[in-house]
Amino acid sequence: MSAASGRRNWLLDGLAQVGDAGLFLPTLLAAIPRSLRHFRETVRQLWFVGAMSLTLIMVCGLFVGMVLALQLYYVLSIFGGTAATGTVVALAVYRELGPVVTALLFAGRAGTAITAEIGLMRATDQLSAMELMAVDPVAYVATPRFLAGVISMPLLCCVFCAMAIFGGHLVGVTWLGIDNGTFWSNMTASVNVWTDIVDGVLYKSLAFGAVVTLIAVHQGYTTPPTSEGVAYATTRTVVASSIAILALDFMLTAFLT
Amino acid sequence: MNPRRSFAAGTGLFILLGFAALVFLATQTTSVANNYQGDTYTVTADFMNVGQLKVGAPVKMAGVRIGSVTAITLDQKSLLAQVTMAIGKRFNAIPADSSAAVFTSGLLGDQYIAVKPGSGINPDDPTGPPLVLHDGSQFIQVQSALQLEDLIGKFLVDGSPAKK
Repeated sequence: MSAASGRRNWLLDGLAQVGDAGLFLPTLLAAIPRSLRHFRETVRQLWFVGAMSLTLIMVCGLFVGMVLALQLYYVLSIFGGTAATGTVVALAVYRELGPVVTALLFAGRAGTAITAEIGLMRATDQLSAMELMAVDPVAYVATPRFLAGVISMPLLCCVFCAMAIFGGHLVGVTWLGIDNGTFWSNMTASVNVWTDIVDGVLYKSLAFGAVVTLIAVHQGYTTPPTSEGVAYATTRTVVASSIAILALDFMLTAFLT
Repeated sequence: MNPRRSFAAGTGLFILLGFAALVFLATQTTSVANNYQGDTYTVTADFMNVGQLKVGAPVKMAGVRIGSVTAITLDQKSLLAQVTMAIGKRFNAIPADSSAAVFTSGLLGDQYIAVKPGSGINPDDPTGPPLVLHDGSQFIQVQSALQLEDLIGKFLVDGSPAKK
């Protein structure tokens, strides 16, 4: 085997994964009406995927806001513009850091859990058993997780951004002594609800939520039924999600602005 | 409470928290927070130059926000920038001969309209009740935005020793 053919296999393999995941999306979406019969399952997944990620998202959001305010304060103080700290924290978090960091954390916290759970179901033939009992595994297992991911990502992102603003306020106003009124009035003067909150926070996090959960569900669903296969699929979920988030972020930013 | 119920309650709480965060972000940290709430009346002012003034910019008196800019258009006849402002109804005793100026908050901040109070004395009846701004009034005295380029130009032309 030459190195060239090995590289080509790797490339073809990656492309095949992307194509396969793309083909899996219509199957997932087509199963939405049927999965509504198992609506409790979607609620249960919202709890596991969304509500259980809340602590992680809140703590990380707080620290991201705090460190941003700290860094920006020192850079802006060179120009005598520390009053703009709140503005820059808000814009950076809403447009980029909020959706991207939330999605990366979400891939690590919820994506891996989804892949491992579905992968293990595949490896222990639970999915085949469901089919034998005339329960559609896509409608009962895959789609509720996908829906839960798509719904919870924007909500988690909003919580992340709110905590980041709180963290920025904590460091900027409480610690470093920027005037409270200046902090808020400069922020409200520069942040636009449509271009920053809707385009930045909501659209991006919705797209990231769909992509991350699609990758996670697809990886789990197509796992080779071995323990090694489950481990490999879980790793691949994180790697593929991270690349997809950052690449998609660039494209969305280019299109939305 | 059975476990299924507690799942549902926790999930509901999570969704509520998410929406609460969204409402906070949208209303408290964006320009939505600056939109003046409550009844307003409209006044106008014609400026030679409004600089970087934007729709939604605050109108302040003595540094206190009393309203916001609702429209900026060019008057085709006078070729002046016509700025329309909505001022809160409760600020109903602003003297009619007050002046409006386009100022900048801080060195690099956004521009706003600063209203400087006049005397309000009625020239026809100096001892009578003062004249105040009302719906449809216009600021007679205005001061345009300072343009850095104009200042530099003035300094170069007027201030040069060679011009003696």
